[in-house]
Amino acid sequence: MSTSAETVSRKFNIDTVENAAKTPDTELPWAELGLKQNEFDEVVKVLGRRPTGAELAMYSVMWSEHCSYKSSKNHLRQFGEKVTDEMKKDMLVGIGENAGVTNLGDGWAVTFKIESHNSPSFVEPYQGAATGIGGIVRDIISMGARPVAVMDPLRFGAIDHPDTARVMHGAVAGIGGYGNSLGLPNIGGEMVFDSVYQGNPLVNALAVGVMRHEDIRLANASGKGNKVVLFGARTGGDGIGGASVLASESFDDTKPSKRPAVQVGDPFAEKVLIECCLELFKGSLVEGIQDLGAAGISCATSELASNGDGGMEVELTSVLLRDPTLTPGEILMSESQERMMAVVTPENIAAFEAVMDKWAVEYSWLGEVTDTGRLIITWEGEVIVDVDPRTVAHDGPVYDRPYARPEWQDAVQADSFSGSVQDAGRPSAPAELAAAVAELIASPNMCSKDWITNQYDRYVGGNTALAFPDDAGVVRVDEETGLGVALATDANGRYTYLDPYHGAQLALAEAYRNVATSGAVPMAVSDCLNFGSPEDPDVMWQLAEAIRGLSDACMELGIPVTGGNVSLYNQTGTTPIHPSPVVAVLGKLDDVARRTPSGWREDGQAIYLLGTTAAELDGSEWSNMRGHLGGLPPKVDLAAERALGEILINASRDGMVDSAHDLSEGGLAAALVESSLRYGVGARIALQDVMDRDGVDLFTALFSETQGRAVVGVPRSEEVRFTDMCTARGFAHTRIGVVDAASGKLEINGVDALSLDSLREAHEATLPKYFG
Amino acid sequence: MTELPLIGEAVAVAANPRLAGAKIGVVTFPGTLDDRDAARAVSLAGATPVALWHADTTLSDVDAVVIPGGFSYGDYLRAGAIARFAPLMSEIIKAANSDAKLPVLGICNGFQILTESHLLPGSMIKNDHLKFMCRDQVLRVENNSTAWTGDYAAGQEITVPLKNQDGQYIADEKTLDALEAEGRVVFRYVGFNPNGSRRDIAGISNAAGNVVGLMPHPEHAVEPGFGPASLDGVGGSDTDGLGFFTSVLNKIVGGAK
Repeated sequence: MSTSAETVSRKFNIDTVENAAKTPDTELPWAELGLKQNEFDEVVKVLGRRPTGAELAMYSVMWSEHCSYKSSKNHLRQFGEKVTDEMKKDMLVGIGENAGVTNLGDGWAVTFKIESHNSPSFVEPYQGAATGIGGIVRDIISMGARPVAVMDPLRFGAIDHPDTARVMHGAVAGIGGYGNSLGLPNIGGEMVFDSVYQGNPLVNALAVGVMRHEDIRLANASGKGNKVVLFGARTGGDGIGGASVLASESFDDTKPSKRPAVQVGDPFAEKVLIECCLELFKGSLVEGIQDLGAAGISCATSELASNGDGGMEVELTSVLLRDPTLTPGEILMSESQERMMAVVTPENIAAFEAVMDKWAVEYSWLGEVTDTGRLIITWEGEVIVDVDPRTVAHDGPVYDRPYARPEWQDAVQADSFSGSVQDAGRPSAPAELAAAVAELIASPNMCSKDWITNQYDRYVGGNTALAFPDDAGVVRVDEETGLGVALATDANGRYTYLDPYHGAQLALAEAYRNVATSGAVPMAVSDCLNFGSPEDPDVMWQLAEAIRGLSDACMELGIPVTGGNVSLYNQTGTTPIHPSPVVAVLGKLDDVARRTPSGWREDGQAIYLLGTTAAELDGSEWSNMRGHLGGLPPKVDLAAERALGEILINASRDGMVDSAHDLSEGGLAAALVESSLRYGVGARIALQDVMDRDGVDLFTALFSETQGRAVVGVPRSEEVRFTDMCTARGFAHTRIGVVDAASGKLEINGVDALSLDSLREAHEATLPKYFG
Repeated sequence: MTELPLIGEAVAVAANPRLAGAKIGVVTFPGTLDDRDAARAVSLAGATPVALWHADTTLSDVDAVVIPGGFSYGDYLRAGAIARFAPLMSEIIKAANSDAKLPVLGICNGFQILTESHLLPGSMIKNDHLKFMCRDQVLRVENNSTAWTGDYAAGQEITVPLKNQDGQYIADEKTLDALEAEGRVVFRYVGFNPNGSRRDIAGISNAAGNVVGLMPHPEHAVEPGFGPASLDGVGGSDTDGLGFFTSVLNKIVGGAK
C-alpha cells in the first residue's frame, strides 16, 4: 500500500489528459522513446492534442517496428492473400491472434508459433533466451492451449570467436534453465555458426500447444461490465522500452549499455501461471485473455479493447508493483515477465479468485469493459490516457520502404564455387574423400549438437516420440489414439543471401521435407523473419523477396502461414546478417507409433536414395568449409517436394520404411553418416548407379545439396511394394546399399572405409572443444 | 527380425484386477513437472494413480506415494527445502515412519525433498560440471529387497533417463560407510558418473527399505516407444523403469506375483 504522502507526490507529477490539453507546447521525449517526427505528428493528429506522458509511452512501444510491423506489413499481407481452399480447410484461427490454430481432428486442435528474442539474447544471453521461451509459451497459453513442447533455432557468430562462447553458454543455459523448469520437452531446433551473426545472434523460440476445440480462447474484451484483471508476477522496472529500444535499433558500440532493457525471467512463476490458466479454461472462467509480452500493459489493454466490441476503463494504481517508484508511463511500458490479463464476467469473479488462491498467484482487478469505444486509463481517478484503442494497437504507421535489388547481387550470383580458387584440389581419391567426409561431419554446422541438447529435457511429459537429432520432433497428443504432431524448423541464410526469393522457399521446402520424413502430413507454417535494417533498400529487397517467395511456395505446397514474427535491424553498423527466414512446419501423425526415425538398425535392410542429384555446390556446407559464398542456391522443385513427401508419408503409414533421413546441408555424405550414427549401425554403400544416371562424379554425389531427396531404410519384405510405389509415382529411386550391423563401419565404394567410432568421435568432439 | 517397437502397442504388464485396486498417490507441488508421467507409470504398472496436492492434510488412503521430479517452488533456495514444509509432507513423514511403513519413492526433486525431510540421509548439490544434464543412464540395482526394487534381480543393470541440475549426491564419510554397510545404496551409476555423486550413488533407501530416493527417472522408461531405446537407441528396452512400480504393487498386494 502506498502512503498518502507518496500518493500526493506521485499524483503531483502526473500528466493528465486535462493537463495535456492545456499545455500543448510541453516538450516530450518522443525521439528518446524511438518515435520519428512524422510518427509523433501523427499521434498529435489522432488525438487532436499532444499526448500525455502515458499516452506517449503507449504509442511509442505499440508503434515500434517490433509491435507494429510497420516496415513489413505491406509485404506480410501476401500470407493472408495467397490462400487457397486447400490451405483454409484445417485452419481454425488464422494470422493476427497470439498464434494460429489448426484442426487435428477428433476434436483436437493445435497451436504453434515461432518468435525471435535476438537483441535481448545478445545483450544478456541467459535472460534474453530464457524470456524468449517464456514469451512464446504465454502466447500459446493465451489461445487456451496446454503447451506441450518447445524448439530453439539458434544462429551464432564464428565458433572460434571469443564472444561466441559468451552467447552460447548464456543462451543455451537460459533456454534450458527456463524451459526445463516448465516441464516442456525441447524436441529440436538448429545450431548454425557464421561470422555474419557475430554481433547479431539469432535466438528464435518455438512453442506448440494442444487443446480441445471448445477451449480455444481469443484476445478480446467484450461484454460491458465484465471485469479486467491482471495476474501473475508483479510489474517491475525490467524491460522498459524493450520492444521500442532494443528490437527496433541496430547495435552500435558508441551508445551506452542497454542492459536494463532486458527482462528477467522467473520460470517457476510461469509454470504456476500455465497450470493456473489451464484451470481457468477448464472452468470456462475467462471471456478473453492476453499475455503480457512486448509493450506490456500498453499492448494487452489496447489489443484486448480494440479486438472487443466496446472500450475499456482501467485504474493504473491498481497494478501490483515490485517497484513502487514506477511512473505511469513505466508501468504501461514495463515488460516484466509472467503476467497475463483476462476479462472475467462478474458471476465468475469468486471462482476466478479461488483458482488464483489455489495456485498462490497474485492478481488485481484493474477495471472493466465499457461500451464507449475508448480505452481510458486513470491514475488515482484522473484520466491519463483517453484513446481509441485501435489507433494504438492496429492503426500504427505503415511504411512502403524503398527497396531495390542490390547492385552486388549479380556479381555474387556469378561467382560459382565450381572452378573457384577455393575449389582447387577437390577430393577424388578414396583417402581424400574419406577425409572430406570426416571433416564435413566435424565442421561447426554439421557436428553433433549433443552438447546443447543434453542440457535440455527431452523426456518430460512422456509423450516425446522423436527429438533432435531426428529430422522432426514428434509428440503424442492423444494417449488413447496415438494422434500426434511433428515439427521442424529450418533456414539457410547462405542460400537466402544468394537468392532471397528461392532461399526462403528452400527453408520452407526443407522444413516440409523434414516433417514428411518423420511420417507426418504437413499442415501449417509459422515463420520468424530475421533480417537487417529495413531502412537499407538492399535489406528491404531481401525481405520483400523472401516474403514473396515464401507465400508463393506455401500456395504450391498447400499449407498456410498461421503466425510468426518479424525481427528487423539485425545488423552491426551497416553490415546486416544474412537474410534468415526461419520456417517452422507442423505436421500431423494419426498414430505416432508410425513415426519414422532418421537412423537404420536392422541388418540387411536395403538403403534407397530417393530423388536425383545435380551438381549443386554453391552455398553448400562444403563451399562454406572452403570459405566460399557465391553462385546460385540449389533449385527449388516444390512439385518434387510434394511427391517425395507423399511417398515418405505413405511409406510410414503402411510400414514400408524403418528409417528415413532428408538430404539437406552436407548432402548425401552427411545423411549417410547421421543415419549410421543415430543407432550406431553401419552400412555398405555403392553410388555408381546414381553417378551413371545423374551424370555426376562421386564427390558431387556425396556433397551436392540438391533438394527433394531422402535416404530410407527398407525392410527386405517391403522392398517390392516400396519400389512399386515409387515407380507408380514416377519418382526417382535407387538402391544404394544395405545396412551392415556387424561391421561397425560406413563403407562407401570409392571412399576409404570410415569406422563409426572414429566418425562419432569426430562428430561429437567439436562443440566440447570450443565450449568445454 | 525384430520390428521397431510400435508406441503404446504392448504394455508390459497385463491388466490384473488384483493390482488395479491398489492406489498409489502422486504428489504435486507448485513447480512439480513429472507428476503426469508418474501417474502414467502407475497406470501402466496396473494400479490406480491418486493425485495428491501439497496442501492436502490427508493421504486419501493411498497404499504408496510417489514424489515426482520437477522444480518445486522453483528450487531457488536449496532444492526441496521449501516443499519439505508442505502440510502433506508431514503426513508422508508420519506414515513412512509408522509401523505400516508406507512405501515412498522420491524421484529427482522428490529425492531432494526426501533428504530435506530427513527421511533419507545426505543431500544433493549442483552437478560437478555445473550444467543441467539430460542423458540415458545405466544403473546397477544394488539392493533388490526394498519396497520399490523387488522385481529386479540383484546386480541387474537398467537404463533410465537422468535429467537434473542439482544431482550430485553428498554425505559425510561416516554416513556413506553406514549406507554401504547396511545395504542402503540401492542404485549406483555404471560406466559414467554424470554429476560427481559420492561413490557413484544414484539412489538410497531408509533402514526399513520402504523409502527410496534416486536422481534418475524410472517413470520415463515405462512405455514402449517413449523410452531410451526408441528415443536414443540405447539400452535394451524402453521399459526398464517399470519394475519400480510393479515392485511396489507386488509388495502392496502381497507375495504372489
